[in-house]
Amino acid sequence: MANPNIIVVGGGLAGLSATIKIAEAGGHVDLFSIVPVKRSHSVCAQGGINAAKNLKGEGDTPWQHFDDTIYGGDFLANQPPVKEMCEAAPAIIDLLDRMGVPFNRTPEGLLDFRRFGGTLYHRTAFAGATTGQQLLYALDEQVRRYESEGRVRKHETWEFLSGVIDHTGVCRGICAIDLRSMEVHTFPAEAVIMATGGIGAIFGKSTNSVVCTGSAQSALYQQGAFYANGEFIQVHPTSIPGDDKLRLMSESARGEGGRVWVPRTQGDKRDPKSIPESERWYFLEEWYPKYGNLVPRDVATRAIHKVVYEHNLGIDGQPMVYLDLTHIDRATLDRKLEGILEIYEKFVGDDPRTTPMKIFPGMHYTMGGLWVDFKQATNIPGIFACGECEYGYHGANRLGANSLVSCIFGGFVAGPQALAYARNNAKSGASANGAFDSERKRQEEINSRLMSSDGTENPFKIWRELGEIMTKNVTVIRYNDALAKTDEKIVELLERYQRINLSDKEMWANTSFVFTRQLYNMLQLARVITQGAAMRNESRGAHYKPEFPERDDVNFLKTTKAYFAPDADEPRFEFEPVDTSLIKPRPRKY
Amino acid sequence: MANRTVIIKIKRQTSPESKPYWEEFALPWKPGMNVISAMMDIAANPVTRSGKPTRPITYDSNCLEEVCGSCAMRINGRARMACSALIDKLDQPITLEPLSKFPVVRDLAVDRSVLFENLKAVKAWVPVDGTYDLGPGPRQTQRHQEDAYPLSRCISCCCCMEVCPQFNDKTNFVGAATIAQVRLFNTHPTGAALKEDRLHALMGDGGIQECGYAQNCVEVCPKDIPLTDAISEVSGQVMRQAIKDIFTR
Repeated sequence: MANPNIIVVGGGLAGLSATIKIAEAGGHVDLFSIVPVKRSHSVCAQGGINAAKNLKGEGDTPWQHFDDTIYGGDFLANQPPVKEMCEAAPAIIDLLDRMGVPFNRTPEGLLDFRRFGGTLYHRTAFAGATTGQQLLYALDEQVRRYESEGRVRKHETWEFLSGVIDHTGVCRGICAIDLRSMEVHTFPAEAVIMATGGIGAIFGKSTNSVVCTGSAQSALYQQGAFYANGEFIQVHPTSIPGDDKLRLMSESARGEGGRVWVPRTQGDKRDPKSIPESERWYFLEEWYPKYGNLVPRDVATRAIHKVVYEHNLGIDGQPMVYLDLTHIDRATLDRKLEGILEIYEKFVGDDPRTTPMKIFPGMHYTMGGLWVDFKQATNIPGIFACGECEYGYHGANRLGANSLVSCIFGGFVAGPQALAYARNNAKSGASANGAFDSERKRQEEINSRLMSSDGTENPFKIWRELGEIMTKNVTVIRYNDALAKTDEKIVELLERYQRINLSDKEMWANTSFVFTRQLYNMLQLARVITQGAAMRNESRGAHYKPEFPERDDVNFLKTTKAYFAPDADEPRFEFEPVDTSLIKPRPRKY
Repeated sequence: MANRTVIIKIKRQTSPESKPYWEEFALPWKPGMNVISAMMDIAANPVTRSGKPTRPITYDSNCLEEVCGSCAMRINGRARMACSALIDKLDQPITLEPLSKFPVVRDLAVDRSVLFENLKAVKAWVPVDGTYDLGPGPRQTQRHQEDAYPLSRCISCCCCMEVCPQFNDKTNFVGAATIAQVRLFNTHPTGAALKEDRLHALMGDGGIQECGYAQNCVEVCPKDIPLTDAISEVSGQVMRQAIKDIFTR
């Protein structure tokens, strides 16, 4: 096929990057998104995007970026694709610059770079403190251009339900639901790219957007896709606790000189500004003199936990610490951090330019995701994946400002790879042997079962219980007995799910119905995360078990691969060696 | 503080064709509540103030950090983002209504695709040659970046269009958000290549001349975008272009 049709699911940075590459190379894209793509979760990324441009005379190199990323990820990432990403990063920044991203500038008019966690170099390009928003808009604009030329067709307010897999195990398209009419349709394609983002909703409250449920990944896992390293969950050290979500307070606040501290005295009720230096404990600077406040996120998060729960310190008895910017002049703060200061001001009501912010760690990112090979292909022929929904680039812990670059790079690989696959292998002419009809029927049956279910369980209450236990037992500190209890609880929730009661049975824009479908997939994926964590008896990156405090390369320098056992209705696991051919694993000590 | 309740009245509508109706809810107060978290509480216990079981509210939302632009609605009569509308700062009973200038999908969710169509019409993009490695973009002064960045923070919430007296079926006015994007792309060194196309798109029916300078847009914008400055600047550009057109035709 000269001009194949590719389906891209998800319109964040990864999905839009893949779309642009395909359209540019002459393919046609059907782009599916739950929300208008300009409202995707990528807008929430704040601090910046990494690339070793070495514009500060520090001698930074793509190899150093590669080494920082691998070391930051505690050697769990396969190294060759990470090296390619770091080598491609400088040209990605140039491209974004050409597309009009308003990156901050130096006095000479060049791109400005700031420091971020887990590196000693100024490697992070930024557009104020809304870098993700600016990057997403630039790509959204390019896709709109292709859309007006007829090379991209957007299906916004549609949600992916499943892949259409034929009798030979090859993906032939997708099944999706129109979130307004609630109609289920199938769409054929020569290849499918998943770019469906994060899974924050499994933890109830997180820094993620509402659509980040992991439902699509989970649906594919239940159809036979491997899900890799699910147990690696990044808890961001600095989020703003809230009733509806945990709002991110960017690492760039520390990159620009923000300091983390607690009052040395338990239950100190004084105004933070009246507490003298000698009575403040800058614990990150004391424990990690070389990196200070810019240790990687897993390290900073555990340190805050330790201070709060072992030293019993906090702010007025609350589990929080200060993130202090008040020593930095107002003009600098406004120029470089305005977006995030505004968020704090609006949602908390204090001005962080004059009052230290109160923050606490919050679930932020999944390093794990759909298993892909080094060219973004999943194990289901015809399905590719890129962005946060796949596992490839961050190992056991992601460095700040590496997510944006991994999304764009992954999309730039997945797009052309899917196109090449479509041109060489696709069998669009061949009969799908009724695969489309049978998949649509399967999904419609699930829908009608849910609609006619007249139990007593409220889906939102089941979700809250899931989030609470996942946050308590499967985030910062993990114990095997608590993990076992968590899995039992999820099984109980899955049983209760069978007795669900939908208070809304309208077949029009029924958001609670759609959410209830997502909830089932969240529960299934929660078991992958929990059981994966239980099996990994070591501590590595974001995965920390006090009972096994050391990294164990002999037994666990391996990728966890979960697959769904339909008969048992639960995950099974196998382990795959990690490609460490370029940098020899060494102890990780910041 | 114990047993405090929050009273919310919500204008509901089951489908685009059906008649709107009001429902009232009494929710237990919690610290830090906002309009979205209140609606999450309703979903977990969908019962009206009078104890009648009802259905969860349909509304658009995503990031809950006021950057995705999804959750715009009328709160106590004012167009704003629901996520940043803190309950403690609102007079009760709190009234929630869908934006009034856009077709209702259901309850508080409306269809704002008109803005994305407008952005297409004015070619709101930088026409790059391709995505291959062509080196860095044009050098830009800090001053230029500081002028462009605020315009680039538009979240497409459409609040400026909701409050604009000229944005209605009679005028087909494109609205402030689109004009601000024209200003943004016309000032970009590469984006300026399409400047004439953009200005022509803003002439005629629904064009920039429909603006009545009511200045409601700039007051309501949640991102403090200098919308009226952008309209003045682009108005001037359109006028100069129109004069140029006369002499070049």
